[in-house]
Amino acid sequence: MGVFVNKDTKVIVQGITGGTARFHTKQMLEYGTKIVGGTSPKKGGSEVEGVPVFDTVQEAVEATGANASVIYVPAPFAADAIIEATDAELDLVICITEHIPVLDMVKVKRYMEGKKTRLIGPNCPGVITADETKIGIMPGYIHKKGHIGVVSRSGTLTYEAVHQLTQAGYGQTSAVGIGGDPVNGTDFIDVLDAFNQDPETEAVIMIGEIGGTAEEEAAEWVRNNMTKPVVGFIGGATAPPGKRMGHAGAIISGGKGTAAEKTRVMRECGITVADTPAVMGETMIKVLQEKGLAEKCKTL
Amino acid sequence: MNIHEYQAKELLREFGVKVPRGYVAYTVDEAVEAAEKLGTDVNVVKAQIHAGGRGKAGGVKVAKNMDEVRTYADEILGKVLVTAQTGPEGKEVKRLLIEEGCDIQKEYYIGIVLDRASSRVVMMGSEEGGTEIEEVAEETPEKIFYEVVDPVVGLMPFQARRMAFNMNIPHDLINKAVGFMTSLYEAFVAKDCSIAEINPLVTTGDGDVLALDAKLNFDENALYRQPEVQELRDLDEEDEKEIEASKYDLSYVSLDGNIGCMVNGAGLAMSTMDIIKYYGGEPANFLDVGGGATAEKVTEAFKIILSDENVKGIFVNIFGGIMKCDVIAEGVVAATKEVGLQIPLVVRLEGTNVDLGKKILNESGLNITPASSMADGAERIVSLVK
Repeated sequence: MGVFVNKDTKVIVQGITGGTARFHTKQMLEYGTKIVGGTSPKKGGSEVEGVPVFDTVQEAVEATGANASVIYVPAPFAADAIIEATDAELDLVICITEHIPVLDMVKVKRYMEGKKTRLIGPNCPGVITADETKIGIMPGYIHKKGHIGVVSRSGTLTYEAVHQLTQAGYGQTSAVGIGGDPVNGTDFIDVLDAFNQDPETEAVIMIGEIGGTAEEEAAEWVRNNMTKPVVGFIGGATAPPGKRMGHAGAIISGGKGTAAEKTRVMRECGITVADTPAVMGETMIKVLQEKGLAEKCKTL
Repeated sequence: MNIHEYQAKELLREFGVKVPRGYVAYTVDEAVEAAEKLGTDVNVVKAQIHAGGRGKAGGVKVAKNMDEVRTYADEILGKVLVTAQTGPEGKEVKRLLIEEGCDIQKEYYIGIVLDRASSRVVMMGSEEGGTEIEEVAEETPEKIFYEVVDPVVGLMPFQARRMAFNMNIPHDLINKAVGFMTSLYEAFVAKDCSIAEINPLVTTGDGDVLALDAKLNFDENALYRQPEVQELRDLDEEDEKEIEASKYDLSYVSLDGNIGCMVNGAGLAMSTMDIIKYYGGEPANFLDVGGGATAEKVTEAFKIILSDENVKGIFVNIFGGIMKCDVIAEGVVAATKEVGLQIPLVVRLEGTNVDLGKKILNESGLNITPASSMADGAERIVSLVK
């Protein structure tokens, strides 16, 4: 099970002939992901890692029956790639590309309104459902099958959380990176909702960072809707205001978006927030013990 | 990316946004020349630095004659202005804007920003101009109005009209205000701005609506398609180490502490700062080497950290996914050999090729303290610099 993707998800890689895409196509195939095709304009008819390449997404979908795509194309062309995938009516588009101009994303979001396609990212590590499929750039080997869901704005912090859980013997269902940009497709609430409905998921770790108010809105949603325990962490407690901390979305502006405020609201809404990123796993285990879920969730 | 007020005004003028006439001056003589060219009775001498709050810090003066222009220009040029936004060390004034004075009737506020919650561009307006908009939002939020823009059609005239009425702009100036707002929106989109703030927007005695101040910020991700904006960058206003880092595509932010950090991934880099602080230390920087760093890039990153003389120890925290631990290790070894390492270095490696990475560090003969986890590493570096 898991959310959004599973062993049956058929994926095409947009921009498959680029260096990064080639490397990750190989990694994804090794993990067992069903990569059925790739696209690269004017390179249709060739192959990458034994995967057929098409000129357009539409052709690739018609030929392979793909229902998802993962995008590695460079930032100036990424908005076009997302819209092309949406136009081809894929169920899911995962955009790994970072540094996409924000006004491009404003247009993309507008275009996608009312369409069937779900966008994850951009500027994200992708989605993995442990031992089934990995669509993105995360290191596959740290993920083990189990009952904890992970959702995060940050790639490496996701790895950190997953690693801590796996080390302690607690496997995961899916890990979803929603990306570090101010305008993104799927948000915390969409993912929390999916985990809430997933019968395999027993609890969720939600990792946020400074900037915006997405964590506060998600916390409110958790208070009103979530039936499963949620553990949180917010990166950037020591970040100075007005400075962009790597991610385009990670900036405190006008006194808004501080880690202290996010942590306060999350706690108020019943989320157990870890004091440091080093104890995200430990905090989850404590919560599972309190709820009597520890035994069931210790899968390794 | 930030630009100066005078640059913002020149750029806005191209789009038909009304601004006072004015010229930039780098010297006192240029300031007087500029005032003579303007030929107005009253001129304003304005310090040009990338920070707000200049007026309160003595960086804006009204001159009633040429002698006063000279006196104020001389006083402000070279002065270190300390405002709420510059930090305690302040910023030296190297450029002035000499601008015609105008007969202000009333001050308003207009801002255009990205609203993350709706994923749309939003125009904000208020009749409470001239003060910090955050203060207005805190004390009288009902006095701020919003217009959410649909990117398909842009800011529509009816929206600008509704905004002008809400802001209580006099009826005979509504059309001018609408023109101002739609031109401002056009400039925002055409130049890939992230913020366009006009505070104050003023109405004048001779029936004008114009931008008395202008602040534009730009989306760094869009600079590749804005060559004219790139040319407006003033490196004097930026941190030297941050400029150096940007040459190598490293994401670096200077901080006040003494523990240098090198991390992969923005989220982990921020959290590494947090955990150092948690164990009682102070981070000297934020540094994300990125996912696809080469040994050369790691070497440069290391040199930038070491060029900060406040740094008394370094913590390298890597969770290799795409980033391979052996690449990091090679970079660390190469950099320390090149620049010499007199201070403690704690390295935590995890993830792809971790064993190979550890082996490279062990065999280097360098004095490196290994850490078994993020917490362990943070604790070690904090105790080593004390």
